[in-house]
Amino acid sequence: MSYRLGDAPPRAIVEDVTFSVAPGETLVLLGRSGSGKTTTLKLINRLIDPSAGEILVAGRSAGAVPSYRLRRGIGYVIQEVGLLPHLTVAENVGLVPRLEGWARDRIDARVSELLSLVGLAPDRFAARRPHELSGGQRQRVGVARALAVDPPLLLLDEPFGALDPITRAELQREFKSLSARLGKAMVFVTHDVREGLLLGTRIGLMQDGRLVFLGTSEEFRGSSHPEARAFLEAAA
Amino acid sequence: MNLARFYLDNSREVVGLVGQHLLLVLSSTAIAVVIGVPLGVLLTRRPAWRGPVLGLANVFQTIPSLALFGFLIPLPFLGGIGARTAIVALVVYALLPIVRNTYVGISGIDPAVREAARGMGMTDGEMLRLVELPLAASVIRAGIRVATVVGVGTATIAAAIGAGGLGVYIFRGVAVVDNTLILAGAVPAALLALGADGLIGILERRFAWR
Repeated sequence: MSYRLGDAPPRAIVEDVTFSVAPGETLVLLGRSGSGKTTTLKLINRLIDPSAGEILVAGRSAGAVPSYRLRRGIGYVIQEVGLLPHLTVAENVGLVPRLEGWARDRIDARVSELLSLVGLAPDRFAARRPHELSGGQRQRVGVARALAVDPPLLLLDEPFGALDPITRAELQREFKSLSARLGKAMVFVTHDVREGLLLGTRIGLMQDGRLVFLGTSEEFRGSSHPEARAFLEAAA
Repeated sequence: MNLARFYLDNSREVVGLVGQHLLLVLSSTAIAVVIGVPLGVLLTRRPAWRGPVLGLANVFQTIPSLALFGFLIPLPFLGGIGARTAIVALVVYALLPIVRNTYVGISGIDPAVREAARGMGMTDGEMLRLVELPLAASVIRAGIRVATVVGVGTATIAAAIGAGGLGVYIFRGVAVVDNTLILAGAVPAALLALGADGLIGILERRFAWR
């Protein structure tokens, strides 16, 4: 797969960003607030349309299918508010399968399977609503929902950003082992360099809308780019 | 206890007028919901129309009801003497709270929730049905509640153009300066308004999701 993104109007929010993510790989987009990481993510699932450039998902141009079709084939996990507040946990997780017209019992089976996968007992959590869950539990549900129709690509926008440090470390560990088992292509946005180094198979560093560094964690640690140094020193 | 005596003597007529009154309010509110909710949704999709549409509805709201009934009488199709004209006028009054609350309810939804839904691959129609209307439902219901309660009061004026309802007693009482007759219309109208308010309130709590 390759994604080539142009700039988004009116200002160049994301400029000349080119990268690709292979199955089984987690590409971490690292950068300060406003560096264009989240915009890049939204360009991939076309919540924002690129003003120039091309995005290929599973070898097909993202612009070639209706945007809602494209998005159903891409898991999307965001910070905090991602769950629909008026639906139960089971309804949230089963939402995309429902949109896709799955049969009732197939959805139920899939929801139980996914909740177990992310460490939530289905019989305890399925009927709860998002406001009855802790932040960590909500993020688990968010991950389960993104995996519902088994998409080849997952986009994660600071999924653990709003959690307390202990829950965050716990979820990071679980996410790491989960992503190794699932073998999906993932793009993971964060401003936390430690999280990036822990979870990423590769790091893409963004600054002022440009991808200024792209390489493995080892290469990132050894990079002499001033922005990379600044991030590493802040974490040290 | 002149009033009790009056109801005992005229029970058949009272029941008929209450029925007429309810019919006026229920049919006009139902029509206003059918027009008003889609119109409110439309305003969320075409923000430029919001000013003119809500402004027009506001202007209608300021026309005294007796005058509006009068204006409608000479109109073809909509006007004339009788229940049809009254229902048209009541729909006009019920529209504003319903349109406005639908618009406000939907535009008040956290943009992040809407974006999350879009990110999952919802079409515009699915978003409306599965996210926007359910989340705005309590605000929309509040608008319908206001429209209904106001409608019960306004419908008493409908008697002036021969549409029947409890206003018949009120106008008759005013004409012959008989307070018992005025109360015979006003008291059940007030009770109907309270009853409608309470009933919708109960429905609201039953369907609340949090």
